[in-house]
Amino acid sequence: MGVEQKLGDMGIVTTKLEELVNWSRTNAMWPMLFGLACCAIEMMAAQASHYDMSRFGMELMRASPRQSDLMIVAGRVSRKMAPVVRRLYDQMPEPKWVIAMGDCASCGGVFNNYAILQGVDEIIPVDVYVAGCPPRPEALIHGVVTLYEKVKGDKFKDAVKA
Amino acid sequence: MAQIEEVNVGPFRHLVSERALTGETMLLNMGPQHPSTHGVLRLLLELDGETVVNAIPDVGYLHTGIEKNMEAKTYIKAEVMTDRLDYMNTTGNNLAYCMAVEKLVGLDVPPRAQAIRVILTELQRIASHLVFLGAFGLDLAAMSVFLYCFREREMILDILELCSGQRMMTTFIRPGGIWRDVPVEFESAVRNFIKIFPKRVDEYEALLTKNPILLDRLVGIGVLDAKTALSHGVTGPALRASGVNWDLRKARPYMGYEQYEFNVPTRTAGDTFSRYILHIEEFRESLKIVEQALNKLPQGPVQSANRKFVPPPRAEIGVSMEALIHHFKLWTEGFPAPKASIYSAVESPRGELGVYLEGDGGPKPHRVHMRTPSFDNLSVINKIAQGHLVADLVAILASIDIVLGDIDR
Amino acid sequence: MIFQALAAVPGAGSRVIMDTKLKKLADVLQEKFGSSIEEFRDEVHVFLKAEQIVEALILLRDKHEFELLSALTATDYHPQQTPRFHVIYQLSSLAKNLTVQLRVPVNGDQPKVPTATRVYDNANWREREVFDMFGIEFEGHPDPRRILNPEDIVGHPLRKDFPLGYEEPQFTFNYDDIDLKKIYAKE
Repeated sequence: MGVEQKLGDMGIVTTKLEELVNWSRTNAMWPMLFGLACCAIEMMAAQASHYDMSRFGMELMRASPRQSDLMIVAGRVSRKMAPVVRRLYDQMPEPKWVIAMGDCASCGGVFNNYAILQGVDEIIPVDVYVAGCPPRPEALIHGVVTLYEKVKGDKFKDAVKA
Repeated sequence: MAQIEEVNVGPFRHLVSERALTGETMLLNMGPQHPSTHGVLRLLLELDGETVVNAIPDVGYLHTGIEKNMEAKTYIKAEVMTDRLDYMNTTGNNLAYCMAVEKLVGLDVPPRAQAIRVILTELQRIASHLVFLGAFGLDLAAMSVFLYCFREREMILDILELCSGQRMMTTFIRPGGIWRDVPVEFESAVRNFIKIFPKRVDEYEALLTKNPILLDRLVGIGVLDAKTALSHGVTGPALRASGVNWDLRKARPYMGYEQYEFNVPTRTAGDTFSRYILHIEEFRESLKIVEQALNKLPQGPVQSANRKFVPPPRAEIGVSMEALIHHFKLWTEGFPAPKASIYSAVESPRGELGVYLEGDGGPKPHRVHMRTPSFDNLSVINKIAQGHLVADLVAILASIDIVLGDIDR
Repeated sequence: MIFQALAAVPGAGSRVIMDTKLKKLADVLQEKFGSSIEEFRDEVHVFLKAEQIVEALILLRDKHEFELLSALTATDYHPQQTPRFHVIYQLSSLAKNLTVQLRVPVNGDQPKVPTATRVYDNANWREREVFDMFGIEFEGHPDPRRILNPEDIVGHPLRKDFPLGYEEPQFTFNYDDIDLKKIYAKE
């Protein structure tokens, strides 16, 4: 944050508008419940009490895409599921980010065949890739923190026009 | 922006009742992405108000083509794919596949490896039932059970990580035995778990079993009778809750299960509450098996000595020429299997997990088919959910304990 | 090569049937349907013709207490053998604790087998899966649709002449070639 000044007993903070907006976006980013396969179990374990993700602002996971701003694609995306993923991504309001969790969402993983999309970036733009099969909950949290670093560096003039 | 398409009842016309075509009942899509379906399952509901008239499952959203992909890999390398089928029961899937390969090529397993396999499989059964309980509680809006269950599951995943280095997809059980011997801390970690777990099960029961809201929501809901269950091929806890005492660990014992004393809990009511309480009782039985196996753990080798199928340990490669040749052969080309087919089944936490394995004389399997229990368990949902409310449908689906990776393979 | 010599071990391991109950069952089926029997490692595989299969299933379910259809699948032997497909039924008896496997050879052009849905209810979904993966049609099936693959796929994936769909790993030297072949969504 920017320069802090206290005038008597009134606390006043001065900063840039961009930094304020980015800080508020990262502190309460709500992911959409989108667990497809095995990585979903590790995502649930990251949400549980041992590796708590609500320390990072992700207290709850919204089931509806219209109320969430982060989509963690956890698991393998099959050819039948691909139009559904695309439609859900389109239904999310701006600003939105995507984390591809696991090897299957990043590049197809173990499965190099007719039925699995070789990476979910064939259909939606991805911001952060988390590797692992399945990635440990700590790796997922590292991915989330990396996304926060990226969001903190966002500028208004680069924002995507819908 | 995606176009809005109009979907009509055409492809499903023969499955819905007459009233849907006149508009008297409503067709609603409980889509692939839903907080209460356990994975990507699409249910087409025909509703009369809030009551379910027909619930038609549409599966295939997680189809991975595992069976075709395993035909392109050698026997040892194809085992990696079996972990990812029923991802709650990863060591059980490995065990089913390895038993099938051992039966096909005629490989022996030393007793210490059998005992360690039993310990890990029963611990995995407890972990799978913990996730069942957590998701069950979550679907019924009892959220604290979810957090408690995942706390215990972390202890089991720590034990698996101690042995193999990976929390979930371990591939620790290999044809001929296990990958390598368990470290010295294994016994104390498992004993610690055995000491604290029974009190935790009592905690879950105190939260759930006598709760009047839960009893209201579960007793008498989703009744499945034995004849329908057998005709639909249902196995596992869903069958045992309907009164049929069938457990493959007792009927066709494998891996030394005949030496351990344990009961197989059954109930006769066949409703959602019986299926739930059966899982709680299976916790205690599995813990008994783990304790007996750990007490009786014999000393000895953990892999078969047959070097034609099992790679030799690294220390031997430096001194023996045959070991080097076997190592090279096995990791580049693989071992050949006879031109025959077998079927071998184990008891997974969901039912009968069978592997139909066919060899053709070469190093790659000709056909691998996994008979997964959730596939048949789900097909009975239409019969037992008719006439109930949508909230009851959620409870019934949670109690059948399906995993979509099992169904779609 | 040593490899080929090891592979020449014949498929049927031991000719001795382990279980007398299975032997009696095999004799009954052989007498009634004129089927051939194969044994391997204490399993019994009975070969039947497509017209006889429903009658055999009804006989086994009602007279011999085989209440559970454990598995229903198929294998493709193209191009080594004709008939090309074998449809495999694995039955379990809970009361007698036995399993038996029935195999129906079906040839490759216009493969048709009568449906088993009126004998066992789980044959409904399992036959849909065999149709989806191999293209074998089941006559009289109440719901002949694909179950696991998307509706618009062309072909039947588990046949031996369907390609695996393998994508080459992307390194820096072939990055652009593979990028052109990937199916990206249009924005």
